[in-house]
Amino acid sequence: MPTVTVIYALLFYVATAILIVGLGFKIRQYWRTPQPLKIPTTPAPMNGSGVVVRMLREVVIFESLFKSNKWIWIFGWVFHAAMAVALLRHLRYFTEPVWGWVVLIQPFGVYAGFAMMLGLAGLLVRRFVVARVRYITSPSDILFLLLLLAIGATGLSMKFVSPTDIIGLKAFMLGLMYFDWQPLPEDANLLIHLGLVISLMIIFPFSKLLHAPGLFFSPSRNQPDDVRMKRHPGAFEAENQARGA
Amino acid sequence: MADFDTPELKDFLETPALCPGSMEHSKPFVAAPVHQEALGFPGELVENWQEKAIDRMGELLDTNRALRVYLDSCVKCGACTDKCHYFLGTGDPKNMPVARQDLFRKVYRRNFTTAGKYVPWLVGAEDLTEETLDDWYSYFHQCSQCRRCSVYCPYGIDTAEISMAARDIMDHIGIGQKYSNEIIGKLHKIGNNLGLPEPALANTLEGLEEDIEEETGIAVKLPLDVQGAEILLVTPSADFFAEPHVDGLIGYAKVFHAAGASWTISSYASEAANFAMFIGSQEQMREVAQRIWQAARDLGVKRIILGECGHAWRVAYSFWDTLVGPFDFLDPAYPMPMHICEYTDDLINREKLRLNKAANDEMTLTFHDSCNVARATSMGGRPGGQFEIPRAVIKAVCNNFHDMADDTIHEATFCCGGGGGLLTDDLTELRVKGAKPRMQALNAVVEDHGVTHMAAICAICKSQFSKVMPYYGLEMDAIVSLHQLVSNAIVLEGSIQEEELDGTGEDDEAGESLEAEDEVAAIDG
Ligand code: HEM
Ligand code: SF4
Ligand code: SF4
Repeated sequence: MPTVTVIYALLFYVATAILIVGLGFKIRQYWRTPQPLKIPTTPAPMNGSGVVVRMLREVVIFESLFKSNKWIWIFGWVFHAAMAVALLRHLRYFTEPVWGWVVLIQPFGVYAGFAMMLGLAGLLVRRFVVARVRYITSPSDILFLLLLLAIGATGLSMKFVSPTDIIGLKAFMLGLMYFDWQPLPEDANLLIHLGLVISLMIIFPFSKLLHAPGLFFSPSRNQPDDVRMKRHPGAFEAENQARGA
Repeated sequence: MADFDTPELKDFLETPALCPGSMEHSKPFVAAPVHQEALGFPGELVENWQEKAIDRMGELLDTNRALRVYLDSCVKCGACTDKCHYFLGTGDPKNMPVARQDLFRKVYRRNFTTAGKYVPWLVGAEDLTEETLDDWYSYFHQCSQCRRCSVYCPYGIDTAEISMAARDIMDHIGIGQKYSNEIIGKLHKIGNNLGLPEPALANTLEGLEEDIEEETGIAVKLPLDVQGAEILLVTPSADFFAEPHVDGLIGYAKVFHAAGASWTISSYASEAANFAMFIGSQEQMREVAQRIWQAARDLGVKRIILGECGHAWRVAYSFWDTLVGPFDFLDPAYPMPMHICEYTDDLINREKLRLNKAANDEMTLTFHDSCNVARATSMGGRPGGQFEIPRAVIKAVCNNFHDMADDTIHEATFCCGGGGGLLTDDLTELRVKGAKPRMQALNAVVEDHGVTHMAAICAICKSQFSKVMPYYGLEMDAIVSLHQLVSNAIVLEGSIQEEELDGTGEDDEAGESLEAEDEVAAIDG
């Protein structure tokens, strides 16, 4: 097996393990940490199904962000929506036969790639031109945008500038999944693209990308405003019950 | 008047240019050892304060999911940067919610995250230095915990939670804030923030009864410690003496009287305010709330009603049950707790009150949504009830009402600038500047719609506005209690007001209803 293939194969396993274990650890930590008090923020729904709807709106259309800043919203939403489409489109490298709906979104994939770059570029520009945002930006915030831009750029260039050996890539990916390694096409563009994706996977659980699981655990968003209808016992419940009649 | 410039009000609210360090000097007085120790905190800065602070931070992270999630999740998108009234009023970048959080987050990252331990420069992680502690004391006392930022953050990150945690940590290493801690101590000792003992309270209430009798000709009671009363009224102690708060208290008394309710105030728990929320201490908050639970049970009341107080309503509505519940001795037929506005609104809807709107005709009203009511509670058991019910009451007792701009009311409301334990004279500059966004919105309706008065349902808002309005060229009595308006309009049976209305024949009544119709059109249009 070529050395490059061995290195990338091992890196993919390590990165996947870090991503899953790291995220699993954080999610478990959020899950286990008690939320002492009821602190939903207005406009809070009064019951659980209302919370599901609120959460869906936050995830799908970034509702709160829409209320607060249209520029960040448009760039941010376009970037995420496009990234979601691009990610789903990548499923074709991991499935054989390719699922029907993945085939259906293929034509949109290319537009999504460009849209994602556009959104990211907008967010990056904001970090330099809006004084308030510049003030709160640390190097890692810029690096994230550059990393994602680079992933997008190398990905698109494989489509438009120097097409890579897709068949070989797919064989490599499926090989990884079924522990039956196949050689990875040694194309510089592809190697950079995959290298960057691997770094993103490794960084994910240690970074602000925790906003993705974080949103679902945010008490101001996931609590219903049902305090007068339901009890919400906390750390003092045992003591309170023992106060005697 | 002071050694700072009052912000100028323009036609619209501008986002200020950044003025780094412009509010660095703003710091409230530090609590004296006796005030610290009364609450079980160290009297002064402990020797190994860094270590102690990090230990305490670790404890909070393990017991408070919100804190942990908020610290991890911020992506520095910047959506909150122009949402805080203190930033809008001062331009100090550390008053941008995310920058305020970052003062805490950088220490969290350095001590509790992998990235912060190994590559601190990359992720803005820093140790807790003396300089940072200084910033903490300054800027975590420039947050009124109003939660406006939380509404606009894509993840609901609530800077109030982080300010509370920071203040709690500072208390634990010996540098508390004098204003809040001294007051909490007084409450533990005497039962209210003012340190007003039972005889003085009884005296005050008697005085008010005389005032009402003089005004109306009938004996409206303000009962104290009545065993077996049905309703316990818990109201902020400012209602007993401050202007315009006391006019609100008179309003509640008249409403209870008109409804024929059996009610009482408790001298043991004569305070609705719970300043322990401001310092982020659940233990202290519980101790304060426990007095009310105890008083309610000892007096044998069936229900508890809260007077006009913003953060008190939040603590009562959202936290009481968790901290000191269950309140299983109360009558489950009523919501626990109930807001005085809900009570009055219900009576109005059932046509139990006779109201003469014309009594408020000299005023054109607007309504200030208090932050804690608006963003941390509800009323009437429906979303948005906290906005509709107070307005419904105002419109039932006043002919002239005009809301301020949409982006300054309801969930988007601006804090008065004095909440969260900042209502103290050592923070006057901050209070005046922080009031700017609200003053701007008020000024606009004053100029465009002839608004003369602003009603509020929060003791802190009322005190804050009477203090800062003169800086902006507004009269200090332009702020009124909501129940003051009810008090003006309510026509009690057998009162002088009833006689005046009914004694003057039919002409007047016809005139009055015509007027009322005109005004409905004005409000709708
Ligand atoms: C549940 C899934 C997710 C939700 C709801 C979500 C939501 C958001 C929102 C609302 C923002 C702020 C607006 C903006 O700057 O774009 C944001 C920022 C960001 N998100 Fe996500 N996101 C999710 C998943 C992800 C994933 C999987 C990634 C990683 C590859 C990611 C990468 C980023 C980055 C890098 C930023 C910062 C952009 C900047 O620097 O301005 N997000 N996200
Ligand atoms: S809670 Fe209010 S005062 Fe504090 S940072 Fe947020 S907007 Fe500003
Ligand atoms: S809006 Fe929320 S995520 Fe964005 S910078 Fe502010 S606190 Fe961070």
